[in-house]
Amino acid sequence: MNFDDTPQEAEFRAIARAWIGANAPKQYEEDLRKSSLGRTVLRNGNILEVAKAWQKKKADAGWACLHWPKEYGGRGSSPIERVIWQQEEGPFGQLSRMFIIGHGMCGPTMMAFAREEHKRTYLPPLASGEKVWCQLFSEPAGGSDVAGLRTRAEKDGDDWVINGQKIWTSGAHYSDYGILLTRTDPTVPKHKGLTMFFLDMKSTGVEVRPIKQASGASDFNEVYFTNVRIPDHQRLGEVGDGWNVSLTTLMNERSAIGAAVSTGFPELFEYCSSLMLDDGPAIEDRAVRSKLANWAVKASGLKYTSMRAISALSKGERPGPENSIGKLVAGSMIQDVATYALDLQGARGVISGEDAELAGRFQAMLLRAPGTRVEGGTDEIMRNIIAERVLGLPGDIRVDKDVPFNKIPTKGRS
Amino acid sequence: MNFDFSDDQKQLRDQARKFLTEKCSPKAVRVVLDGKAPYDKELWKGLAEMGFLGVAIPEEFGGAGAGHLELCVIAEEMGRANAPVPFSSTVYLAAEALLIAGSDAQKKKWLPAIASGEAIGTLALFEGNGNPSPKAIKLTAANGVLNGVKKPVADGAIADFAVVAARTGSGGRDSDISLFLVDLKAGGVEVKSLTNLDPTRGQAEITFRDCKAEPLGAAGEGWSILTQVLDRAAVLCAFEQVGGSDRALEMGRDYALDRIAFGRQIGSFQAVKHMLADMYVSATLARSNSYYGAWALSTNAAELPEAAAAARISATQAFQHCAKNNIQVHGGMGFTWEFDCHMYYRRANAMALGLGSLTYWEDQLIDRMRKKNAA
Ligand SMILES: Cc1cc2nc3c(=O)[nH]c(=O)nc-3n(C[C@H](O)[C@H](O)[C@H](O)COP(=O)(O)OP(=O)(O)OC[C@H]3O[C@@H](n4cnc5c(N)ncnc54)[C@H](O)[C@@H]3O)c2cc1C
Repeated sequence: MNFDDTPQEAEFRAIARAWIGANAPKQYEEDLRKSSLGRTVLRNGNILEVAKAWQKKKADAGWACLHWPKEYGGRGSSPIERVIWQQEEGPFGQLSRMFIIGHGMCGPTMMAFAREEHKRTYLPPLASGEKVWCQLFSEPAGGSDVAGLRTRAEKDGDDWVINGQKIWTSGAHYSDYGILLTRTDPTVPKHKGLTMFFLDMKSTGVEVRPIKQASGASDFNEVYFTNVRIPDHQRLGEVGDGWNVSLTTLMNERSAIGAAVSTGFPELFEYCSSLMLDDGPAIEDRAVRSKLANWAVKASGLKYTSMRAISALSKGERPGPENSIGKLVAGSMIQDVATYALDLQGARGVISGEDAELAGRFQAMLLRAPGTRVEGGTDEIMRNIIAERVLGLPGDIRVDKDVPFNKIPTKGRS
Repeated sequence: MNFDFSDDQKQLRDQARKFLTEKCSPKAVRVVLDGKAPYDKELWKGLAEMGFLGVAIPEEFGGAGAGHLELCVIAEEMGRANAPVPFSSTVYLAAEALLIAGSDAQKKKWLPAIASGEAIGTLALFEGNGNPSPKAIKLTAANGVLNGVKKPVADGAIADFAVVAARTGSGGRDSDISLFLVDLKAGGVEVKSLTNLDPTRGQAEITFRDCKAEPLGAAGEGWSILTQVLDRAAVLCAFEQVGGSDRALEMGRDYALDRIAFGRQIGSFQAVKHMLADMYVSATLARSNSYYGAWALSTNAAELPEAAAAARISATQAFQHCAKNNIQVHGGMGFTWEFDCHMYYRRANAMALGLGSLTYWEDQLIDRMRKKNAA
């Protein structure tokens, strides 16, 4: 057991550190450091532009998507090097959040299922942030039950014609491409009739309508498809095999290893270290300490769990379903942490935005947190995955399993 | 970076698991649980023969000289098996105190005896008051004799010797405390067994009356040595707790697969699945925190105090969580004496108090994190 860098790792770290020191957009460092989940505000910059510029700079110097093969715009790095990079990148890594869906899910899916020529064309500009991608899976009728989706794809010559609607699509309003899961055969059971594609979001017939979220922000969208044509060579995987293809995506989504999950704990600890309560410093209050200690061990537990996963990965083991625990633990934790921080603020905690304490950092966290527990699989789905795939418990009873999709009831109460 | 045990250490784990599966079945544990023996002597002898008691004791003092990572691996298996032997008191507390502060002569006298299974040791720290604190120590040491009462003392009724925390100054400062070594079989000692939550590891009250004692470590250094001993023991106990958590989770999982209700395996009910998933989550967080503690312990890193407190809290919570929900998964069966669930429930809750309560360790963790942040 060893936490020290090997000589090669130390060398890699030194090179990364020097490059970041010389190139990072330092003018935004303070803003990025103070931002936390739910709130990344750059005082003098547009976040998307700043993020794209930083990503491009990294790509040009060979620091983008480190673990991807070089021919697809990566660096061919080991998992450990990727982690070292993230540690050194520090707050500037927040800018990569803009690309998380493209880099974390669309890229790996393309790598596994696209034609070689497409990989060489589309992956490098995805890695460099010049092109942004989104994931068009969820629909009003199919979120947790992804396979319940209804968007139709029908073959017409060498093309497929798409009609239907997606929802909650993050970043669709500034995306250039997307991966799209469709139904190609409604007469077979739901998992068997799906097919995956990638498409140009600027195609005729694609309409993106931003949705205002519960948090007040508008990061996700509704996307409508009206007779959108996709050439067959943009199909990912076999016709009818879309479910398996999407599992690759979802597996990658859940095991975005090394991507430090935000728990809100460092922010809360920092806050309590300076906060004065009526009877003295918060950090000396018995109740506050107990809360902090409980969250501290969750945060460190997650950190070291991901280090164990990285160690396994670097020995050639595959990331497994056990990585579902990161989002499961962090999601509700960040919500509780934010609630508690506001409780410490008392009545003034109700004020949000710039007028609030710490410019509304915890208020923003509170309002964003419910989404974290839903996106990328709800807490309940995460628990199912752990129970079924890690502990080997029986799957849920599925009453629609062998029923043709077009015979499945669509409403709970009529 | 490599955040995992080595292949050799994993092999040692397999070896320990195999040994304990054979020699420490739940039936064997029950002999002690039912009060028919104060501890499992055969098992203790076997552990000595396997070299497990002295695994972290240097060769020159009769041990295997392997190290603390190896001891962590064995601790996990001791916890899994719920072993009814004075392992934690002897190996984590008494032996570690000797390793940290013992003179050459003291080490030569006691460490080989521990490694060979001839001597059982313990730490006599508490005096009725719940948490480690210099103020709570009333037992006095003057002119080489001790006077006072310690309780509870883990495995006190079967121990051959004890490391005793005594007051040598009049205030409540750390420097008013010194440590002593006492041969419990010599005069001036009166031992009374106490009933306790977990009969597989006894607790005692020990009264010292003009009892002869030799200093362990320098005068006034007692508290600082104790803090180090408790930190090390916190990591080692955390591995026992992780082992116990895993076993409780496994028992619950197996029962959920076997038991049928409403025509289905109860493990197919989501409420049960999610309860088991949550047990897995807490056991996993505890394991990861404990690995960090193991690294800090084995390298004597500056991070040890913080890592030890985090491992302690996380593993205590996980074991309590897994042990209580294991009973819940088992339903009424789980609440019978016959089923093994309560052995882990007892052990989890007794262990939660042994080195000081959660409240105490929460305080420690925050103090240590503050110190680090300030530095
Ligand atoms: C911020 C945000 C960003 C998102 N971005 C994207 C995106 O970029 N692309 C995309 O495709 N989707 C995206 N989504 C959609 C997201 O994947 C779905 O919202 C999510 O999978 C849940 O599906 P649902 O909303 O249909 O809820 P439902 O599935 O209707 O769930 C409602 C409730 O029922 C519970 N439930 C459902 N099934 C089960 C079950 N089997 N067992 C137990 N409980 C169950 C859920 O846990 C939940 O509590 C995003 C969502 C959010 C909030």
